[in-house]
Amino acid sequence: MNSFLTRYSSTTPEADIRKAKELYGEDEDFSEVMWGSTGGFGNLASGVPMFKLPSVQDPSSFLRMHTDDHADPSCRIKIKHGTTTLAFRFQGGVIVAVDSRATAGSYVASGTVKKVIEINPYLLGTMAGGAADCQYWETYLGIQCRLHELRNRERISVAAASKYLSNLVYSYKGMGLSMGTMICGWDKTGPAIFYVDSDGTRLKGDLFSVGSGSTFAYGVLDQGYRWDLTDEEAQELGRRSIYAAGHRDAFSGNTVNLYHVKQDGWKFIGNYDVSELHYNGPGDVPGATGGGYGYDIRVAGRTSTNAPEGEAGEGQA
Amino acid sequence: MDISFALTGKGYVILASDTTAARSIVKMKVDEDKIKVLSPHLLMAYSGEPGDTVQFAEYIERNIRLYQIRNTYALRPPSAASWIRRTLADSLRSRKPYAVNLLIGGYDTSTHQPHLYWVDYLGTMSEVPFAAHGYGAYFALSLLDREDGLMSGSSYHDPEAPLEEGLKTLRRCLDEVAKRLVVTPEKYKVKVVDKDGVREIEI
Repeated sequence: MNSFLTRYSSTTPEADIRKAKELYGEDEDFSEVMWGSTGGFGNLASGVPMFKLPSVQDPSSFLRMHTDDHADPSCRIKIKHGTTTLAFRFQGGVIVAVDSRATAGSYVASGTVKKVIEINPYLLGTMAGGAADCQYWETYLGIQCRLHELRNRERISVAAASKYLSNLVYSYKGMGLSMGTMICGWDKTGPAIFYVDSDGTRLKGDLFSVGSGSTFAYGVLDQGYRWDLTDEEAQELGRRSIYAAGHRDAFSGNTVNLYHVKQDGWKFIGNYDVSELHYNGPGDVPGATGGGYGYDIRVAGRTSTNAPEGEAGEGQA
Repeated sequence: MDISFALTGKGYVILASDTTAARSIVKMKVDEDKIKVLSPHLLMAYSGEPGDTVQFAEYIERNIRLYQIRNTYALRPPSAASWIRRTLADSLRSRKPYAVNLLIGGYDTSTHQPHLYWVDYLGTMSEVPFAAHGYGAYFALSLLDREDGLMSGSSYHDPEAPLEEGLKTLRRCLDEVAKRLVVTPEKYKVKVVDKDGVREIEI
């Protein structure tokens, strides 16, 4: 009975050897002595793990040749680029805000992209750089985080999740991956943010912004940031920062997506149109100071003309 | 863009490294520690290709620790430096080499000697009285080379200078970089290793 079971089982070491024999033919030397040996033979029987690579001399320069729209605007593959994403830690948790524009070269490919990837109810990832790379690997990270939970009966920490991702992208270094992401969440240690990019850089911090519009977002964010921001103030700061980038950076815009991570997981706060924010503001939301965010809206009717008393200056309304 | 300095003195080595982590024109972080404590009497400052630096430093850190666990004593600085250099040299001959520059400073508790090694990403190593990596080297090395006629109380490099003097000399290097280099780091992390072990110093 026992031998009958092992013969048809597909999970035993014997089955691995049987499969190896089928794969390599009987003439290859797979001795029965290899049973139970974990000295690397278990892996070797199913082949040495290898990266799948295109069959050209230098895969990464091959990829670059066809995807670098900066050097060659008529290149065959235009990777979706251009983004503004931000996340910051404060007294009330983590605010994550992103824009929603996807551009391929000078073409606006989409204005409704979800750049926050919901890894699980306690973890968010942001998307900058290659849209496909971020989406695929952060979803994959979600799978690994769930497996960690099942194996260890405990949620994965933000530090561990981000390190998993950084080790993963580091193993592909130089092969053309393009990602700039923030892994945000709440674990045993409280709120946490890690910046991870495709160079293999991984940084812990309180405040990050990534993407072509990040400099504009930093400008607003750094000036308005304090640790003891209230929830409402923090949400407003996130919105205003992405608006600023959406307004000034041609490759960012359309809408703002806002998330707030607290002890009991993340919550989607809302989606705001950048043009609407410019002219009318976010509407009746907590933290909003009323009125449009736009400079010309804010200063409408005011002038710097300095005419003497009683004399109407030019340009006065 | 990273800048790091190191210098030896009477029974100590000082290592200093800037604390910025930059990507393109943006500073992503201003308080990153780029000096690892490898053992009770060994320090390593690392700089170079983003990603490679931390991966390599953590690999070295854990293997030095493993040696200590297996043998109950730590590698002495010359041996540790040789092993680190060899690891880097082997990596250079692989498909994907680590592009990391190092300053290794240690205190040999058996011979009571401080040791400082300058190592670059090609696996070049040399034992030196003072060293620098990055743009800082262009300003600081000449300053440290300079011989002061009076010697006593000087703030140029002196192999017999006490720690306070050594820190003053380091301060001179940082000030010179701040004065002449276009983009200057605002903060440095400074660590010292001597007979009492490793400690961090505010400068």
